[in-house]
Amino acid sequence: MIGILRWLFFTLLVRPVVGIVLGMNVRGREHLPKTGPAIITANHNSHLDAMVLMSLLPHRLLHRVRPVAAADYFMKGRFLSWFSTKIIGILPIARKSGAGDDPLAGCYEALEAGEILIIFPEGSRGEPERMAPFRGGVAKLARLYPDVPVAPVFMHGLGKALPRGEGLLVPFMLDIYVGPSLHGRDEDDDFLVTLREKIEVLASQHHAASWD
Amino acid sequence: MSVLGLQPVVVQALGGIFALLSLASVVVAVIGSRLSDDVRQEVVARIQSWWLMFFIFAVAMALSRNVSLAFFAFVSFMALKEYFSLVPTRRADRRVLFWAYLAIPAQYVLVAMEWYGMFIILIPVYAFLLLPMRMVLAGETRHFLRAAGITHWGLMAMVFSISHVAYLLVLPEAINPGAGGAGLVLFLVFLTQFNDVAQYCWGKLLGRNKALPTVSPGKTTEGVIGGLATTIVLAWLLAGWLTPLSTAEAIAAGALIGMAGFIGDVTISALKRDLGVKDSGSLLPGHGGILDRIDSLIYTAPLFFHFIHYLHY
Repeated sequence: MIGILRWLFFTLLVRPVVGIVLGMNVRGREHLPKTGPAIITANHNSHLDAMVLMSLLPHRLLHRVRPVAAADYFMKGRFLSWFSTKIIGILPIARKSGAGDDPLAGCYEALEAGEILIIFPEGSRGEPERMAPFRGGVAKLARLYPDVPVAPVFMHGLGKALPRGEGLLVPFMLDIYVGPSLHGRDEDDDFLVTLREKIEVLASQHHAASWD
Repeated sequence: MSVLGLQPVVVQALGGIFALLSLASVVVAVIGSRLSDDVRQEVVARIQSWWLMFFIFAVAMALSRNVSLAFFAFVSFMALKEYFSLVPTRRADRRVLFWAYLAIPAQYVLVAMEWYGMFIILIPVYAFLLLPMRMVLAGETRHFLRAAGITHWGLMAMVFSISHVAYLLVLPEAINPGAGGAGLVLFLVFLTQFNDVAQYCWGKLLGRNKALPTVSPGKTTEGVIGGLATTIVLAWLLAGWLTPLSTAEAIAAGALIGMAGFIGDVTISALKRDLGVKDSGSLLPGHGGILDRIDSLIYTAPLFFHFIHYLHY
């Protein structure tokens, strides 16, 4: 039942909105993971970021994709928690954890079960189309799971179409750049620096006209 | 013979385009190995996109008048979205752009209502005056004139101009009893697109002198003249069948479409050059984005519409 609702939500709402109302130019689609376990990392501008990344993956992978999201935001209230975890399939993590609890415990389970995590290393959407400092969670996962591929993605456009604090979706084309995956085994302690560099290189391919 | 309410002449014309595309596919399959890899890939991708556009266009035309109008409204939407995504915009104008998008359903509803008087002023008068007012309400004055100009240019080109193709469909049937509005649309769209192809082919065959080197280095004077001549001959051949135009008028219409098509093409090239992009998008393989495909139509549609409207309607 949930599976059908989920399929309907993505087929009737997410894919048409992302594909037709917005529209995507995707470069490097072949670098996206074809199976789990894997991690997709991207810059973060909008609530729709995770939906867009999910709609880039084939339907058959949908049930194995878990966007990692803040529990304090997405687990507020019964309906939102149900919708976030069952329909979208988020993996909620505590942004401020109590002593002793590892906030990434859910991520370990998911990777061990062969799922695909979507992680926004900036942690929050922040200013539209500006990249904030990265947080360390993804580097820790890469160190603990050195063979899991980590795909860097740069997205542009959602910060214009649906930025933080705005409820009205304005159609803009999305530009999405996917780079070759990194592996924890190939990097020393500066995984986060390398990852950020890779995403910045992807960003530098993008020609954005703006007066802001 | 009437297929799904289309006039026999329109079915024949669609059949003709089908035959032409089939011929192009066969020719490329046969001589493809003699072309360089780049050219072959481009031509194959272009022909595939032509097939796709032909089927969508033919199905929309065959279903009903309102489906065809919705199809052109959708083309305007895709083009305006591509345009707003390419040009610089101000964050303060998000809601202004949303209002600009609303001009699309309004304009095409006016076409469906056949309310010519309002169709012809909605964007040039009302949108022109009201969108800057909405911008003033947003309160940001930095780059105000640039943003107002860019927004209105987009609406005029992608919505006002393109909606003229749709208005051809609702012109009174009695004046063009053989082919109706659909015949006029086919005449305009086919000649506009064929003019592009003819320009490309003549340019490849005979091209020596660059027509506008700083704007569009691929365009040659020989290509433009060859395309124009081809379009005039085709207009003369097709007009009696698809339109109410006399022979002299048909030749003038062919010249108008040929020239205007070239101007529309290089105008969008200048725009892309200014913005520093090569293709406007990747919607259609080998064709770039939708703007690259309708650039000529932005100019030919209103000019052909008012030419025929003045003479016959």
